[in-house]
Amino acid sequence: MDFFKIESHIDFLKPRKIAYAISATLIVVSLVSLATRGLNFGIEFRGGVVVEAGFPESIDLPPIRAALEEAGVDRTVVQHFGSSREITVQLLAEEGVDSAATRDRIMSILRSVDARAELRRVEFVGPQVGRELAEQGGLATLFALIMILAYVSFRFQWKFSVGAVAALVHDVIITLGIFSLIQLAFDLAVLAAVLAVIGYSLNDTIVIFDRIRENMLKMRRKSTEEVVNASLNQTLSRTIMTGVTTMLVLLALYFLGGEAIAGFSIALIIGVLIGTYSSIYIASETAMALKVTTTDLLPPQAKEDESGVVP
Amino acid sequence: MVLNRFPLWKNLLVVAVFLIGLVFALPNIYGDAPAVQVTADTGQPLDEAAMARISAILDARSIPHGPIYLEDGRVTVRFPDVEEQLRALDLVREQLGRGYVAALTLAPRTPAFMRAVGLRPMSLGLDLRGGVHFMYEVDMEAAIGQALDRYEADFRTLLRDERIRYKAVRRDGDVVRVTLASADDRRAAARVIAAADPDLATSERQVGEDFELVVRMTDNQIRERQDFAIDQNTITLRNRVNELGVSEPVVQRQGADRIVVQLPGVQDPAQAERVLGATATLEFRLVDEVNSPFEAAERGRAPLGSALYRDRNGQPVLLRREIIVTGDQLTGASAGFDEGLPAVFVNLDARGARRMGETTRANLNKRMAVVFIEQKRDLVERDGEMREVTRTEERVISVATIRGVFSNRFMITGLDPLEARDLALLLRAGALAAPIFKVEERTIGPSLGQENIERGMQAVVIGFMLVVLFMALYYRVFGLIANLALLTNLVLVVALLSMLQAALTLPGIAGIVLTVGMAVDANVLIFERIREELRNGNTPQAAIHAGYEKAFSSIADANITTLIAAVVLFTFGTGPIRGFAVTLSLGIITSMFTAIVGTRAVVNALYGGRRVQTLPI
Repeated sequence: MDFFKIESHIDFLKPRKIAYAISATLIVVSLVSLATRGLNFGIEFRGGVVVEAGFPESIDLPPIRAALEEAGVDRTVVQHFGSSREITVQLLAEEGVDSAATRDRIMSILRSVDARAELRRVEFVGPQVGRELAEQGGLATLFALIMILAYVSFRFQWKFSVGAVAALVHDVIITLGIFSLIQLAFDLAVLAAVLAVIGYSLNDTIVIFDRIRENMLKMRRKSTEEVVNASLNQTLSRTIMTGVTTMLVLLALYFLGGEAIAGFSIALIIGVLIGTYSSIYIASETAMALKVTTTDLLPPQAKEDESGVVP
Repeated sequence: MVLNRFPLWKNLLVVAVFLIGLVFALPNIYGDAPAVQVTADTGQPLDEAAMARISAILDARSIPHGPIYLEDGRVTVRFPDVEEQLRALDLVREQLGRGYVAALTLAPRTPAFMRAVGLRPMSLGLDLRGGVHFMYEVDMEAAIGQALDRYEADFRTLLRDERIRYKAVRRDGDVVRVTLASADDRRAAARVIAAADPDLATSERQVGEDFELVVRMTDNQIRERQDFAIDQNTITLRNRVNELGVSEPVVQRQGADRIVVQLPGVQDPAQAERVLGATATLEFRLVDEVNSPFEAAERGRAPLGSALYRDRNGQPVLLRREIIVTGDQLTGASAGFDEGLPAVFVNLDARGARRMGETTRANLNKRMAVVFIEQKRDLVERDGEMREVTRTEERVISVATIRGVFSNRFMITGLDPLEARDLALLLRAGALAAPIFKVEERTIGPSLGQENIERGMQAVVIGFMLVVLFMALYYRVFGLIANLALLTNLVLVVALLSMLQAALTLPGIAGIVLTVGMAVDANVLIFERIREELRNGNTPQAAIHAGYEKAFSSIADANITTLIAAVVLFTFGTGPIRGFAVTLSLGIITSMFTAIVGTRAVVNALYGGRRVQTLPI
């Protein structure tokens, strides 16, 4: 089986204006959404408590909301979680609430609605810890980007590393933007997924850059544009293959992994799609826009023969 | 022409890594059995003798049990079913008596010969086995405040003993102010205080007619006091955990002012929290017999030297400021009944006993009160930010007339039975040196833990099969070789996790799933290169050689960058997220080996040594 029996000759660079327009639109929409709607931070970052409870059969939410309100536990978010037999009650850290007692109060109210309510999960994060986690998360993302920038500049020429990081920033902003637009809960696991997306997207970018570097030295007569196009075509099959296998496992994770890692899987699914696109359009073209030329490239360092070939 | 052959050592290396991986991964296939685990409550490792005792206890009642063994200083006994396990737990608890902690657990069914050589299955994180994770913060301000309060009381006694007349001794924020009538007195006071604690920093001040001595703790003392508070609290929490009877608990200091407590298998967080987080402590004070509490309550202010309290009925009570004994001087406590009423029987340490003896001798037929102190934390909004503030709830639980002189043993009445039981347990486990507050909790019910494992495993298996199928279809024989590498990779990740005993979490499983998807990338890169080389008219042998050769730098770069992201995640991440970082990192490292060296060994073995016209790729 082969996607492209003969080498593909797609002109990736021709529709680049359209790609720029799409990316620019997505980024603007994302930034606007992030600025106005913001992310739907989970209680891990805001401080608060989530209680997940299970019932032996389907349970309706309105009576639960009513019971909570009646007991004076208001401003809660009550949702089904995974199935109609499981619910979560979410309560943000609030003034005058004895944070430790909340779990027991919520459970006793749920038991008053249905005595068979079973405690499945509690997550409580104090506002201080929440702030710390958010801070650490932001720092981690920043730090990862800097480290990667450093590595890529060490391995490639700086124009490439600017391209790679431009693609990463593009991916992170759009992934966050989509989370903001549809107001999906943004928790620690999603943050981890965003970092994994950084890793994946870069992976893709680097494979393409590697090929561009190789081709630039090989095809000295050709214009940069032709070299980039050829490189993108040569790596296209690999880009698709890896994208497909990764997507296969992510879909398995999304559909089988349960509600607890659904957000994580979605972030990765979005990220992998965008990451693949950005490696082709954003990373390579940023490098091109910075006028990468053959003279920018040192010949690759001679490597030890790893292949164990006996001539 | 080139022939692709590996030197013997490389082939042997591949085989050796695979076999070692297999051996370390093997303990994971046996599953768990209900078990009882016994530890010493001091944390000291148990020995063969303890194991023999437990074995004898079980045999004496002929409770059927599986193997019994000693591991990490813990005695573990496996049982065929839960019923025997529960019977055995009650029996062992009853017969071993104090000094031991017996807990229910699930123990791996790994055969004895594997255990003997240290082979163990992966350890599961709390989100997979169920349990409670608490993070507590120690209230450092309160710890310092308590120290200053103690200084205040000590100075009074000291000055009185040395017959130095003072106008007032009182704590004011983070200093203690001693007010005296003359400069001579102040000099004398400074000398006495310096003799008692030479580290304290003192300064002098003139306030109108008064000569003031301002005493403050040095930064060093404050740091020491804080360290003491957190270490003491860690010990106290460990004691309390032992009272709960949990297998493999974790009680660990984290950073400057936090303590993490993990209790695997605990199903009722409320009970655990009541015992762990209780900041309850006791103070014994004399009742102010001179002034009227009702007058004080009306004025809203207690006369000098006294403090106003309320008893459980809300009635005002005036108590003398000096504390006779505090909760941390208790050495033992048990709940029981006295004349049909619930009571807590208390033992005091030597210092406490002496104080108590002196006080009761001097105050016969006067009244003494027991004050129950509990710290609570509320959220308030201040300057637009949510803050947690400490509130101290103090309540007089009993007032009794001193009928005789007593020192190290006495009892407290005036509680209901449940309160008596909890109080005794708390007093026994030791009081906290400073109040603690829960700042994080993660509780996973046992059914959810099981569900998480099942779902996670399902995702791994289905994801794996999809990738395997896809690779086989697309790259045919080479696809199968890549699949073999993928399977080996999975085995190696499991082996490494078992070896490192790093806890596997649900995000950790997600990391494994993601690695499965990404690990084939290296092979995809190589195979695409080989196809390209073949298309360019190279011979199969040259294509294989060039494919592996040229793909290497891409693979290395791509994996290292992902590794960077994973390491950053590990450094900054907490809890379950770290699990994701660990499995992702391990997966990346092992996949480099299996996808590059592993597949090459197979490819070389299949096609390397002979003339081939076409490659099934």
